[in-house]
Amino acid sequence: MEILKSAAAGTLESSDAMVTVEPGEDGIQLELSSSVMNQYGRQIKATILETLERLDVTNAHVTVVDKGALDCTLKARVECAVFRSCDASSANIPWGGAIR
Amino acid sequence: MIRRPKPERFRLRRTMMFMNAQKPGLIKDAYIYGCDSIMLDLEDAVAENQKDAARFSLYHALTTIDYGNTEVIVRINGLDTPHWQEDIRVCVAGGADGIRIAKCESAQDVHTVEAAVEAAEKEFGVEVGRTLLMAALESPKGILNAYEICSASDRMFGVAISGGDFRKCMQTKFSPDGVDMLAARGQMLLAARAAGIQCFDTVFTDLDDNEGFKAEVLQNKAMGFDGKSLINPKQIRLVHEVFAPTEKEVKQAEAVVRAYKEQSAAGVGVFTVNGKMIDIAFIPGAERTLRLAKACGMYEGDLV
Repeated sequence: MEILKSAAAGTLESSDAMVTVEPGEDGIQLELSSSVMNQYGRQIKATILETLERLDVTNAHVTVVDKGALDCTLKARVECAVFRSCDASSANIPWGGAIR
Repeated sequence: MIRRPKPERFRLRRTMMFMNAQKPGLIKDAYIYGCDSIMLDLEDAVAENQKDAARFSLYHALTTIDYGNTEVIVRINGLDTPHWQEDIRVCVAGGADGIRIAKCESAQDVHTVEAAVEAAEKEFGVEVGRTLLMAALESPKGILNAYEICSASDRMFGVAISGGDFRKCMQTKFSPDGVDMLAARGQMLLAARAAGIQCFDTVFTDLDDNEGFKAEVLQNKAMGFDGKSLINPKQIRLVHEVFAPTEKEVKQAEAVVRAYKEQSAAGVGVFTVNGKMIDIAFIPGAERTLRLAKACGMYEGDLV
């Protein structure tokens, strides 16, 4: 998917994450901050990058402010932000396909 | 991916706790509270501009989090909104046990949802008929059509009244003796029992009024409800206590079921247990008492 415009999903509440995606031209640029960076930083980064790859997002500027979200929450927030950036978040989502 | 076992249409549902599907902090460990069912909410708890985000969150919760024996129901948005069809797709794809139809007013509403559920089951390769349904009655029209709603589909396991909207329609407000909704509760119970499905009471919203809550739960039990919707984990214990059978009831039920098995094997239809006449009509009630007792930790035998 191509990031067409800036979009965000999530909150800054505990156990959640705030994900913002913006159009980019030079691969994936990830800015990550997390309340559990020392323990889980690498795992969080891997989850975010895997999710973007699954959605076939190749160019984007991605900002994630993590507040201790589980992997499943991180995935949900990244996916929602990407679909929102394409105005495609409200219907006909490929549940079980690209979303899994 | 978690594959939930095939849902049971009739199981113990004393407590059904609402949770906002959009709040990861809530839904990640909902099963620890010990309620019989959790109700992940896509409707009123989720702001209009977060309906999409709630579905992504719900899908991953359903497919990642092991809720164990806790039943997982999803409350979808009303049929008068642009959201309900995608709500149904995500519920079925994620393997929710059942769907609660908000603001249900007719058998046609149930049929509309059922058709969309069946289409989603085919789309996502889920066994047709797996996804259960229940209806929330929130208006006078819903209450008046309760029987046709309750008997509209083999997927229907229960019906619930939603107090907030109903009282608003009736131009009344909460009354401690329950008189504000007495007729509606009674009519819904009659309809549910006539259709052979379960019946659940509305939420009690004043978390500081313990006496009021207890009085309402006692009245629910006396009227014949199967359970109650809850908004906070601290309400679970009291409902389970009130709905638990007494020790005497458990002993009698055990004696009845045991005697029935022996007598019917010997070809006897009607007999007495502790001085009371018993025939086959008493058996479902006695078995229900034993199942309740088992869930409450009061019975460990193998008769149910």
